[in-house]
Amino acid sequence: MSARTLFDKLWDAHLVVAETAEAPALMYIDLHLIHEVTSPQAFAELESRGITLRRPERTKATLDHSTPTLPAGSDGELPYHNDAARSQVQRLRENCARHGVELFDMDSDARGIVHVIGPELGLTQPGMTIVCGDSHTSTHGAFGALAFGIGTSEVGHVMASQCLLQRKPKTLAIEVDGALAPGVSAKDLILHIIGAIGVNGGTGHVIEYRGAAIRALDMEGRMTLCNMSIEAGARAGMVAPDQVTFDYLAGRARVPQAAAFDAAVAGWKTWYSDEGAAFDRVVRIDAASVGPTVTWGTHPGTALAIDAAIPLARDAAQQRGIDYMGFSAGGTVAGAAVDVVFVGSCTNGRLSDMREVARILQGQRIHERVRMLVVPGSAQVKRDAEAEGIDVVVRAAGAEWREPGCSMCIAMNGDLVLPGQLAVSTSNRNFEGRQGPGARTVLASPATAAASAIAGVVSDARAYADVIRAVPQASAMPVGPAGAPTTAGVSA
Amino acid sequence: MKALRTVTSKSICWARSNIDTDQIIPARFLSTTERVGLGRFAFNDWRYLKDGSPDPDFVFNQAPNAGRSILVAGPNFGCGSSREHAPWALTDLGLQAVISSEIADIFRGNSLKNGLLPIVLDQAIVEELLAHPDWELAIDVADKSLRLPDGRSFHFHLDAFQQLCLLEGVDELGYLLARSPAIAKFEESHHAC
Ligand code: SF4
Repeated sequence: MSARTLFDKLWDAHLVVAETAEAPALMYIDLHLIHEVTSPQAFAELESRGITLRRPERTKATLDHSTPTLPAGSDGELPYHNDAARSQVQRLRENCARHGVELFDMDSDARGIVHVIGPELGLTQPGMTIVCGDSHTSTHGAFGALAFGIGTSEVGHVMASQCLLQRKPKTLAIEVDGALAPGVSAKDLILHIIGAIGVNGGTGHVIEYRGAAIRALDMEGRMTLCNMSIEAGARAGMVAPDQVTFDYLAGRARVPQAAAFDAAVAGWKTWYSDEGAAFDRVVRIDAASVGPTVTWGTHPGTALAIDAAIPLARDAAQQRGIDYMGFSAGGTVAGAAVDVVFVGSCTNGRLSDMREVARILQGQRIHERVRMLVVPGSAQVKRDAEAEGIDVVVRAAGAEWREPGCSMCIAMNGDLVLPGQLAVSTSNRNFEGRQGPGARTVLASPATAAASAIAGVVSDARAYADVIRAVPQASAMPVGPAGAPTTAGVSA
Repeated sequence: MKALRTVTSKSICWARSNIDTDQIIPARFLSTTERVGLGRFAFNDWRYLKDGSPDPDFVFNQAPNAGRSILVAGPNFGCGSSREHAPWALTDLGLQAVISSEIADIFRGNSLKNGLLPIVLDQAIVEELLAHPDWELAIDVADKSLRLPDGRSFHFHLDAFQQLCLLEGVDELGYLLARSPAIAKFEESHHAC
């Protein structure tokens, strides 16, 4: 067979029925993740037609979008934002119970943001097809899986048939050569990429991130990168698995154990793009040219270096974006007064993000004007961070340490930015009102977020490069063997 | 899904680009477990004034646009989240087609599953349409064509399968379920997960 890309291999291996001019392909789905917001209408549709789930064991459920990030009150009740949120959560419980779907409920020590817990539990594995009614499903592509977001009708399709109807997308290789500078992270890189190729740059394509700078990223950085592929319009983003991937997965609750793990790794090693495989498009990025990157407008394509001049608006839409943000052409985002800092989300709510923020906040106080929320992406991230004392550092700095969930990323649960306030956020979308009506969002890395919280203005995290570099990731802070999670109570 | 064969209407013209799904229906209205009646939340944060009354400057609130079923918008319509609530809200407002030079992938797929026809045309044509809200447009799904009152006609792309679903008013679920034997056969030799 001729040289194939990673995507081609994944496509071929999951083809139940090939596509024709008349009909799309049937693609088999290995893992289906659901949450409370985009699943109720799918369950209702199936029930109204008398259809059951074809393979309920391939669907896993969690609660994340509308759940509170404050703990239960003295009455034991969780402080839901409103009755609709509470009943949506209850509906998912009932649906999962009725249809035999495993749910990581509020009291589960494995619960968290859907795209954080999949990898963390080892549910996400190389070579899989993974879908979820959520556009940031692209996150899971970091493991060499084909992972993408779907709508609620398709959630129903997967439940009923374990398949989706798909037309084969095109492939885009993003080759990132060189090395990222200290204080510059995967988040800066993906913002830079979106700024370079535009919010439509990946439309109709599946991206494979390649090159030395990608290989040098840990798994959490690769997840951050793949997470925001959708912001470049791409269907999915992926990185071929390597030893970094296998080391991350070793010992996770839902991966094969012992000898079976070695056998699984042997299979996972086949998921890469063959030498000479042709991509429909190739984009090259020099990692050394990437600095701390932030957004100045109201979509993620408005990314630029933190100290670069905001460009003159090209059209009315751009001008509206600049005006909405209260910026002006020729100025910089650096120096803008900050009201709120949010660290969390499926983009940057993992342990390495918490650590980076804690290193910068250590021994510091956040600016008196700033409200800072640090929201771990999962119960596991929260436990691991607390075991390292990160919660203590965060609280001592004057920030809030919360229960896991999507929180201010989507502002459905009552955690929101007030009208007119400027938020520096580690999440993925800066659309008007995304973090609350009238909220103004600057997307940034966790390091930029922490540095800005201290200064009270958007700030360059490279000032903290020594602090960040002083503790090498994933080794100096105590975790389990090979970074393995301690998922007690979660059986394989 | 109701069949959609033709759409004839003047258009709601809105030159704005990057109209994302968070604007089409803001996230705080996603706590619903229903899919009907979401039109009242569509564009909520742009549609009303501070006192809750309709903003007379907002395009959907302008009298001539009442009852129109075609939206012509700037580039990159429907970017953002995968929420199917977006096309549910738009069809509830009475829309049957959206025309733009760029329409985001997931929104496009979601729309087709709900009888909302996404039409991608060259920006030059879109701009001409945007300049002529009083043109009566005629869309023919069978022909994959958009006809203007001056007789000009433009072809748009529509996948053959999705075209059939629209014309017949059937959704994809039945088609998928009919392929159960092939799926079962695939599962026998597929070991992942
Ligand atoms: S953290 Fe934000 S982007 Fe991620 S799943 Fe939750 S709402 Fe979506």
